[in-house]
Amino acid sequence: MDDFLYSGVGIAIALVSVVSIIGCAVFLWANTTRKLAPGDSVGTTGHVWDGDLAEWNNPLPRWWMYLFYITIAFGLVYLALYPGSAAWGGLLGWSSSGQLAQESQRWDARYAAMYSTYLAQPIPVVARDPAAREMGQRLFLAYCSQCHGSDAGGSKGFPNLRDGDWIWGGTPEQIVESIGGGRMAMMPPQVESIGEQNVKAVANHVRSLSGLAHDPALAAQGKVKFDQICVACHGMDAKGNQALGAPNLTDKIWLYGNSEDTIVETITKGRAGMMPAQAEFLGAGKVHLLSAYVWGLSQSARK
Amino acid sequence: MTPITGSANPGPGAQVPAPPPGGVAQPGAGSADSVETSLFEMRRKLYPRAVTGFLATQRVLLVVLTQVAFYGTAWLEWNGRQAVLFDLAARKFYILGFVFWPQDFIFLTGILVISALSLFLFTAVAGRLWCGYACPQTVYTELFMWIERKVEGDRMARMRLDAGPLSGRKLGLKATKHALWLLLAFWTGFTFVGYFTPIRELGGALLSLSLGPWETFWMLFYGFATWGNAGFMREQVCKYMCPYARFQSVMFDADTLIVTYDQARGEPRGSRNRSAMRRAAYLDADQKVDPVNPVDPGVNPTVVPGAAPTADPKAGLGDCVDCGICVQVCPTGIDIRNGLQYECIGCGACADGCNKVMEKMGYPRGLIRYSTENALAGKYDDRAIVRHLARPRTLLYAALLGVVSAAVLAGLVLRTPLKVNVMRDRANLVRELEDGRLENVYRLQIMNTREAERSFTIVARGLEGVELVVNEPQPIRVGSADARTVTLELRADPKAVKPGSTPVQLRIEATDDPRVYRDEKTVFIRR
Repeated sequence: MDDFLYSGVGIAIALVSVVSIIGCAVFLWANTTRKLAPGDSVGTTGHVWDGDLAEWNNPLPRWWMYLFYITIAFGLVYLALYPGSAAWGGLLGWSSSGQLAQESQRWDARYAAMYSTYLAQPIPVVARDPAAREMGQRLFLAYCSQCHGSDAGGSKGFPNLRDGDWIWGGTPEQIVESIGGGRMAMMPPQVESIGEQNVKAVANHVRSLSGLAHDPALAAQGKVKFDQICVACHGMDAKGNQALGAPNLTDKIWLYGNSEDTIVETITKGRAGMMPAQAEFLGAGKVHLLSAYVWGLSQSARK
Repeated sequence: MTPITGSANPGPGAQVPAPPPGGVAQPGAGSADSVETSLFEMRRKLYPRAVTGFLATQRVLLVVLTQVAFYGTAWLEWNGRQAVLFDLAARKFYILGFVFWPQDFIFLTGILVISALSLFLFTAVAGRLWCGYACPQTVYTELFMWIERKVEGDRMARMRLDAGPLSGRKLGLKATKHALWLLLAFWTGFTFVGYFTPIRELGGALLSLSLGPWETFWMLFYGFATWGNAGFMREQVCKYMCPYARFQSVMFDADTLIVTYDQARGEPRGSRNRSAMRRAAYLDADQKVDPVNPVDPGVNPTVVPGAAPTADPKAGLGDCVDCGICVQVCPTGIDIRNGLQYECIGCGACADGCNKVMEKMGYPRGLIRYSTENALAGKYDDRAIVRHLARPRTLLYAALLGVVSAAVLAGLVLRTPLKVNVMRDRANLVRELEDGRLENVYRLQIMNTREAERSFTIVARGLEGVELVVNEPQPIRVGSADARTVTLELRADPKAVKPGSTPVQLRIEATDDPRVYRDEKTVFIRR
């Protein structure tokens, strides 16, 4: 409130609320009885419909009036207990964020028991448990499918998780690390180090590594530059380095695409792949179940 | 036109003026000072007198019927589960052999439309039948009054007890009454919650004091509401809270059966000597009056010139002996002789009460009876009422009711116990495969609404050369009344598909019954 309004606004709101509530009580009290002139009676409201349809101006039941007073008392008690007036935090110290924290804590405690069973088991064991797999799928569909696809098949820039090929390593521990800690892949732009005139040649060499159609002369020219610069991360054999997240360039799996144009773009501008860290957001239990699910997917793919 | 606020409009012939609105002091004519009057009246407690008779028997039958159904149904079993259970947490609603899912909400709508149309129809035909015989407010008030009568005695005894000083006996009776009331009220709350949590489990939890917080709350709340509404609020619920009470009257017309007092026959009312009347062979005299065309209201029908014996012990009085029974039995505390009033719930207690008196007096029954405004006005004979049932309003209500009921029934019988949702992946529109083909990813949710496990096969149709890859071994097994999500891919040659989106169908079919299938439409996207 105080961020965009003057600080007195809380007091003003509190004042308006309290005065209104008390005003209601006074109004009700002042209108409980009515003076009738001699010979006068309450009678009907004076409205007539359809020729003969009139309405008694009958008094409300007494308990109805008590309900009004109860409502007024409720309003005052509520303002005292809860932060309803903006000027006053309330005797209970309640806040919506506090309630959220409390409820999250309650549910976390409730799920902790379930997760701790799985956390105690190694990932290959969890992956074989049908109930855990089902939970893993639901978690995957909720948290992972936006980038990796509902079927974990990935898309451009987002790796396929079920093909048995891993950029950062496919052991259970490495998968837990990838999900929990996130990954920051960095292919720096190489146009300056390689030289703009050589980029196409290097791209041809890269295509030749996995047996794709290429210009042999250009590829041979590109190999010189590749061996000077690219090997630092992708290795002498171009099979990549999982510690750096440098992909294997000799297989048929391409994260950003294998056309010459795409490879030229990758070399020229670089690539920055980013897997956000989930440990803090999801907690160890969910990360464990997700790791087991993802690991299980790649195992069945290998068969 | 029927005045719904009849007490303001007592109708012709009423000799006694309408009672003043309760609690409002009527200023004396000669008073010089202005009078202070409360705008909030204290409720005058009613002590309805017990009544027996044809209509009362019908009501008791309906009370028994509805309550046996309410308290009993919760305990019925069907296929190893509770026959009627509304499982809110799992979002499944079991009614006998049916399992309804949230997607079946249309049936609830249908039932509500049927209920509304039934109310319209019954109200147009015979007034507030619902209020008088079937409404929970009436039914539970009836049950609570029955307990009250058994414990404290009938009207006079109850009035005496309440007026008397606090004594051990009074305390004992009141405590017994409330104990029984609360027992019934909380049993009602327990049964109510038992439709949402399996009642046997609930019973176990109750006995071991391990109820959940919400179960406890709703049980106490519903029980408390029953106790308060049926024990204390009673007619005030109908008078001040119930919207039905107010709008039902608009469905009345001059041919609607209503509980009504025959002014022409009853007025002028007055007490008389019964034996004297018998001697005067009153009945003969009365039968000479033409019931179809009674004389001017307010004029004693028995003094039609030439028709009445001169020494009439009725001394110019009508059939109403002004015993007040009709007022004493009324659960809403009104006087039916003032004409139709919005407070009248149409229970007919006054008719039963009056008939008893008429029999004792040796007069014909039916001074207060079910009749219509037109019949009462002499436009047709009471026997012709049935013929006037068929009129545009009732025929229209009945036709609508028939159509909607048939539609709901047909929908129930013909529905396929299978629901399917297809969700295309929206983040990855298209994937390119190594072999150059394009791939789209879908999520398929298969809901088997039958209470038995079933297997389904999936086929893609409508797109030439499309390949379907389901990431689960086919056929897909889905548990009893369960849902399952599978992911699948469609693959197609980019040359075979036009750019943009191409419609494609997924047919999901039960392996054991080819009639159980769904064709879900989706699209295949090519960049």
